[in-house]
Amino acid sequence: MSASTQGAKDPFIASLGKIYAGYTGGFAVFVVLLAILEQMGVPDRIIGYLFVFLTIGVYAYIGIISRTAAVAEYYVAGRRVPALYNGMATGSDWMSAASFIGMAGSLYALGYGGLAFILGWTGGYMLVAILLAPYLRKFGQYTVPDFLGARYGGNVARLIGVVVLLTASFVYVVAQIVGVGIITQRFLDVSFTVAVFLGLAGILVCSMLGGMRAVTWTQVAQYIILIIAYLIPAILMSAKISGVPVPQLMYGFALERIEGLENTFRAAGMTPPPGVTGFHTTPFADARGNFSWPVAVNFFALVFCLMLGTAALPHILMRYFTTPSVREARQSVAWSLFFIFLLYFTAPAYAAFAKVEIYQNIIGQPIAALPEWIKNWQIISPYGTPWVNIVDANGDGILQWGEFRIHPDVVVLATPEIAGMPYVIAGLVAAGGLAAALSTADGLLLALANALSHDVYYKMIDRHAPTQRRLVISRVLLLVVAVLAAWTAGNMGADILFLVAWAFSIAAAGLFAALVMGVWYKKTTNIAAALGMAVGYVVTFGYLLHTEFFGLDFIQLFGSKDAILAAARQAAAIATAPEELKAEAAALIANAATLKDGALSFIGNAIMPTDSVVLRGRVVGRLWGINNISGAIFGVPISFLVIYLVSKITPAPSQAMQDFIDDIRIPRGSVRLVDRQEAVE
Amino acid sequence: MPLVEAGREPRGAPAAAVDVTTGRAYWKKTSGLMWTVLALWFFASFVVHAFAPAINHIHILGFPLGFYMAAQGSLVIFVVGLFWFARRQNQIDEEFGVQED
Repeated sequence: MSASTQGAKDPFIASLGKIYAGYTGGFAVFVVLLAILEQMGVPDRIIGYLFVFLTIGVYAYIGIISRTAAVAEYYVAGRRVPALYNGMATGSDWMSAASFIGMAGSLYALGYGGLAFILGWTGGYMLVAILLAPYLRKFGQYTVPDFLGARYGGNVARLIGVVVLLTASFVYVVAQIVGVGIITQRFLDVSFTVAVFLGLAGILVCSMLGGMRAVTWTQVAQYIILIIAYLIPAILMSAKISGVPVPQLMYGFALERIEGLENTFRAAGMTPPPGVTGFHTTPFADARGNFSWPVAVNFFALVFCLMLGTAALPHILMRYFTTPSVREARQSVAWSLFFIFLLYFTAPAYAAFAKVEIYQNIIGQPIAALPEWIKNWQIISPYGTPWVNIVDANGDGILQWGEFRIHPDVVVLATPEIAGMPYVIAGLVAAGGLAAALSTADGLLLALANALSHDVYYKMIDRHAPTQRRLVISRVLLLVVAVLAAWTAGNMGADILFLVAWAFSIAAAGLFAALVMGVWYKKTTNIAAALGMAVGYVVTFGYLLHTEFFGLDFIQLFGSKDAILAAARQAAAIATAPEELKAEAAALIANAATLKDGALSFIGNAIMPTDSVVLRGRVVGRLWGINNISGAIFGVPISFLVIYLVSKITPAPSQAMQDFIDDIRIPRGSVRLVDRQEAVE
Repeated sequence: MPLVEAGREPRGAPAAAVDVTTGRAYWKKTSGLMWTVLALWFFASFVVHAFAPAINHIHILGFPLGFYMAAQGSLVIFVVGLFWFARRQNQIDEEFGVQED
């Protein structure tokens, strides 16, 4: 109803279909033109440049024509984005470098284990739709901390919300910039650090000028490019390998072939490369292919954290503030998931076909006769090793299973070349990956800058700041945060998927309980919510930092003496470990006889002894065998518990607040604002 | 200068849009739907996959069933489930006359 009636009134909304159809057609013509140019002998490098610069140019153009100085346009795109288009925009806001570049690569490496990401990053939308989106839309503020501030009586809850938002979004945006860096480095042929700052320019053009309005219409455009770029290579590979151009249906046969090849390799006495499973389709398998409890527990813990994180990430929730009605907010969540689904149910196919190509055509070849594309990807990654690393471990000149080491983050980008497709497809995939990373980075930076300018500056520092100054401040902050994120990315690039999973755990532990209880449990009190958020955040973020960067220290606190000794041996064996850590490890090993159990080791022993693993060149601690990317498994239940218990012992919220909650539960009526004047100002 | 959001200026009194009894019955039904979808979510997210090792030897079009459920089956349940939820919730809204005008 509202879509059609509002659409009829607004010529821009009414003509959206035509605009984007024309745009899609134009993009198709552009790809075909480049394909012709390639056939005419235009060098690959020029094709890469054209793809990168022309698509960024289009986004910048959309950003410039939808620039705005109106507050409601800047923060919530005027609340007139129809459900379908908001679904597309959310799709590209959602699907980041992690989904586009990282996910199929992780599926390639982890097999069944990687499906935790597929499940976790789709199922969370059910929680968004039934628990949060319609109610936040009815509530009708501009940001997620706004909701917390209004529901939980002021600046304490708002501030904690802002802190969680800043942490999660910042970690997340760094990952996107790493993604942009990888693509730009490869296709523009510049160093990683330069690549990062080039990509940044593309991100800023949109979000700086037009805020949410520009970001929304750019994200729709970016969705169209990224989905085309993802589906076409998958379709071509499916046609090539199975003869039928429906990858999602046909990769079952690729899976069977992978199983067969894995068995052949094993029979020949080969082992898979480090980090790659030798049992692609086996659930919860350890290195020998047997069922393993810790693997199973971590799988489900990760699914849980990713899903709850989905329902707590502010840059996603704020997209549902832009729909014209509550009804459309619900509809829009369903559309979002549909558009995300299109890519997600293709990713495992992408991974399977790439694996078949590599196992069939590359493994077992003489290293001297490897195809040309491998050289293209032997450029150095920020981790110090080439993206595709050929290590002739046994020196026989033949490429063994374990000697072909490809970083998961380049599997998708390199696949067109691996499968021998024309270079124009590689360029297309790069443009798609860029669209995915840029669109998410835009949404995240906007969420960050809005939280700082709207929630911190306007609501907490200067209540009388004029509109113009608020928007200027928002833009300046956007720039500052972006540069900071780029600097971080350039200096400590890390696996995209891993960084992103952290962001989800942080958001889930800090925000999920307070948001859900705020709508569904009327008696939630201000103190309870503030405490719950703080405890959830501290427990999870603390667990992440402690286990990741101070793993040995963590084990000395939570581990038994055997675990401490094992961790010390692991630390001593890491070639790249810092000197202090090595000295500490050596001291522990030397005094092995006098070691005592950690002070808190009983916590671990209650369920499963604390242990440690070597990951990312560090000794990483694990309580109850839980990897730290699933840290929210501790924080979320604690947060819920704290909120519930403290609400029981503190005075119930005022009648006015309870009426207000009744009101946001019902779609009818205009948006409900605690302080009406303030929000329409 | 105050910028008023187009079409969102305060309309009438901020009093409750429906009477208390309707509101309560509406919320009961809405909560019921929420729990139903939540159960579906839990089933498709966790329960099915707990059986993955057991059903993985069944192959359909080459797919081991356990792998298929995590790669596609549950996703289809999520998408269809959400469209169904949106429709069902609209019906409930209209049944109690609380839909937006």
